[in-house]
Amino acid sequence: MGVEQKLGNMGVVTTKLEELVNWSRTNAMWPMLFGLACCAIEMMATQASNYDLSRFGMELMRASPRQSDLMIVAGRVTRKMAPVLRRLYDQMPDPKWVISMGDCASCGGVFNNYAIVQGVDEVVPVDVYVAGCPPRPEALIHGIVTLYEKVKGERIKDWA
Amino acid sequence: MNEHLQSIVQALQERFEADTYEFRDEVSLVLRPEQITAACQSLRDDHHFELLVEETAVDYWPEQTPRFHVVYRLRSLKHNLILGLRVPLDGNSPSMPSITSVYANANWFERELWDMFGIRFEGHPDLRRVLMPYDWVGHPLRKDYPLGYEEVQFSFNFDEINVRKPYAQE
Repeated sequence: MGVEQKLGNMGVVTTKLEELVNWSRTNAMWPMLFGLACCAIEMMATQASNYDLSRFGMELMRASPRQSDLMIVAGRVTRKMAPVLRRLYDQMPDPKWVISMGDCASCGGVFNNYAIVQGVDEVVPVDVYVAGCPPRPEALIHGIVTLYEKVKGERIKDWA
Repeated sequence: MNEHLQSIVQALQERFEADTYEFRDEVSLVLRPEQITAACQSLRDDHHFELLVEETAVDYWPEQTPRFHVVYRLRSLKHNLILGLRVPLDGNSPSMPSITSVYANANWFERELWDMFGIRFEGHPDLRRVLMPYDWVGHPLRKDYPLGYEEVQFSFNFDEINVRKPYAQE
């Protein structure tokens, strides 16, 4: 009604601001390279041509935290690495999300000792946990799609 | 063991009055801490053992004294030989000469031994922690170091463990 009738097929679309912003965030979410250990291999496999991550908008993985929105913590985090992880997370601009990939990042995995942080949520807030040792590429993609659904459900009152 | 290695081992035994320790046809010489630099020097220069493959330590507490054995493994690429060296060390502030002047790759091996066992190496250019964070207290690979594990989070201790995870409650 209204605007479309007057303008005809001039290529105008009306939508809600929330939907527009969430759609643009999910369609081009750039992950940061944070492959620490074996889960990084599965992350690389997911990025490669067989299970393609570029079809989800993640064409490139930025090495710089200043240019990325998503941090996929892939692999075990040692006590020596934890402050570095926190610093890189702080350097990412808002809005940012964290996927904890694999068992070691989610809960310490098989390594229950003095050297490994038992779950990266001791250090950064996590949005999606992906289980597996290592998770299959399909599992990681399922985690990413779950994160997208979470982002699409965000409302204006959460941003302001 | 082949004759070349046999002759080398005999020469070193006479020079240092050392015992040998054999395990499945690999030979080790047991030396005292002050002899190690001279032995490594003579092995590298006279007998062509160019490569220090590894330098590790074993903790035999509480079964044996002396508590630590520092184990070296030398390899001669020219003659295709493997020789081991063992140095028993006492447990109270263990220290021994460093062999970084002989084999340069012993630098990080000895840093790892300082980090994990607390064995000091005199003459080491840069002895500090290499695996653990720099302000860590304790030497983790000793047998009397606690495991440091986290309890499994069941429903009865759910809250105690959640205290340590501030971001998990969203």
